Amino acid sequence: MRRADYGVRPDASGSFSKAETLALYESICRSHFFDSQVIDAVKSGLTNYQVYLSLGQEAGPAALAAALPGAQLFTQHRCHGYFIAFGGPPEKLRDELLGRPSGSSGGRAGSNCLQHHDERLAMFGHHGLIGENVPLAVGAAFGNQKKTIAVFGDGSAEEDYIYPSLGFALTHRLPILFVCEDNDLSILTPTSTRRSWEFTQMAKGLGLPVRDLADDPWSVVQAVRELKGELPAVLNIRTCRRQWHVGVGCDGPPEWDRLALVQAELDRLGLGAERQEIERQAQQEMERLWNE
Amino acid sequence: MERVTVADTIRELSREHLEQNGGLLLGQSISAVGWVNNTVPDCQGIVELPMTDVAGAGFAVGAALVGRRPIFVIRFQDFLLLNGSPLINYAAKSKELHGRPAPVFVRAIGADGIGPVHSGVVHSMFMHFPGFKVCSPMTPGEYRSIWQEYLTGDDPMLVSEHRASFQNCNELPDLLIPDADITLYPVSATRFEAVKAAELLAAEGIRCNVVHILWLKPFRVDQRVAHPLLCSGRGLVIDPGYSIAGAAQALAYELSQETGLPVAALGLEDATKCLCQPLQNRLPDAARIAERVRQIVKKGARGAQSTGGGHV
Ligand SMILES: Cc1ncc(C[n+]2csc(CCOP(=O)(O)OP(=O)(O)O)c2C)c(N)n1
Ligand SMILES: [Mg+2]
Repeated sequence: MRRADYGVRPDASGSFSKAETLALYESICRSHFFDSQVIDAVKSGLTNYQVYLSLGQEAGPAALAAALPGAQLFTQHRCHGYFIAFGGPPEKLRDELLGRPSGSSGGRAGSNCLQHHDERLAMFGHHGLIGENVPLAVGAAFGNQKKTIAVFGDGSAEEDYIYPSLGFALTHRLPILFVCEDNDLSILTPTSTRRSWEFTQMAKGLGLPVRDLADDPWSVVQAVRELKGELPAVLNIRTCRRQWHVGVGCDGPPEWDRLALVQAELDRLGLGAERQEIERQAQQEMERLWNE
Repeated sequence: MERVTVADTIRELSREHLEQNGGLLLGQSISAVGWVNNTVPDCQGIVELPMTDVAGAGFAVGAALVGRRPIFVIRFQDFLLLNGSPLINYAAKSKELHGRPAPVFVRAIGADGIGPVHSGVVHSMFMHFPGFKVCSPMTPGEYRSIWQEYLTGDDPMLVSEHRASFQNCNELPDLLIPDADITLYPVSATRFEAVKAAELLAAEGIRCNVVHILWLKPFRVDQRVAHPLLCSGRGLVIDPGYSIAGAAQALAYELSQETGLPVAALGLEDATKCLCQPLQNRLPDAARIAERVRQIVKKGARGAQSTGGGHV
């Protein structure tokens, strides 16, 4: 079921304080304006390394960072949003995308293989093989018993090594949340062309707790807070990729525009002025960053 | 004196690692099937993996990333083609890309004569890609030394073991004789065969140096390795893996480049290892090694050390 309100809780935002709501929005905006700047950087020829943009999908990482701060991350290729939302320094991300020695991996890894490690953030990734980060995440969670998030897409969810990763986490009751960012696309192939089964059903079949919902940030935070106490668990976030799979192009409007929906909700909550201020500041921060 | 085998050595090093270093040991059917030829101790830190070879390697690498120094046990090296991706694509590249080492100790056990995918030695795969150290210890002392190398370094390590070594108690010193006709460089289980071949050939008047190869990568052509070749004028590398693009050819090339002398390579024929006797394509045994040496020596061409001419 692909709908902007799929699994979304009515009036979810109502149970959040104003400060929580604005912090969530700020996180979305910083990621949004970072990637908007990446588009300009590519178009102006500042970089021609490949980029995998989180645009359209910013709400999921922002909600996860709000609900599970400090988790160790094992992300996949579309990971700028996680880097920013979980508190990675944007200048390190920028420099990594530009292949500079000051990048988070010394410019050696790039957009799809991001990592960052400091006191605030332990972010591992993959090396470009979709889903390979998932068993790594399971092994790390087993190894240090830290709260862990493994991120993959609806396409990666089909990889051979995903199902046994879920199973091993369950067997050993590991503190790990498996997050499927379900944009219904593997590059350009929709899920229905690829398989007849649902990833969430497979997870349920194993006996894992599952939440399946669209990327309304407030609802996602609530879902993660519920799952937090019963890890390992699976979260399927229905979301829409706005740009091309790789690169900065666009094939037309996404099925829904989460950013616009969140903005409308903020206006409904009477937070119109605050949201404009947050947008202004986030935009300014990222413009400065990219124009240094 | 108590005889300590390679198997005993592996088991006791593992025990200390698991009981005192907080290490982990991951593998399939560890406890049920004879504790992997009695090489695994019954103690804490053993992780029984489900039968999931790709993800299982990923779990081990994930544990390595967070400092658990896992021993990952692979009962048959052929399975490395399944285990390989997390090891080669992730663990091997992590330090260079991100400065985050993933020191996993891969115990890859070789065997022979038990069919198409249980008889392989495929360590050359791990020599080919960057990031792993590759060694093939066949004695208790060698095993202790490579284990120390693993613990003091931060690289992932592919340890190409062989069942033929597990009951061995003896060290294998190099055999060096004056005026040798050839220097043999055997690897893995062919080392036991090369020693026998040297004896066979000695009875016929063909004199062989035997220089044992423990480290496949890095492979250093140091004085110990080069000098006997410079004296004998020709060499032969012997490996239980396939010849074409395999370990023997790779080492022979290095030796030849370094010394300017002709060095040949002997490994498996380019054929499937079938179950039945005549088609098993077993690792080069003493008879085959001796036969190859006779051919080389009979041809007579010895690299002229003084002119530095070297043709394999
Ligand atoms: C092992 C492997 N197989 C195939 C690919 C090629 N590939 C790169 S991204 C991608 C699509 C992945 O889709 P999904 O996991 O849903 O993530 P999304 O891009 O939609 O966020 C594919 C097939 C790859 N990188 N690695
Ligand atoms: Mg997808």
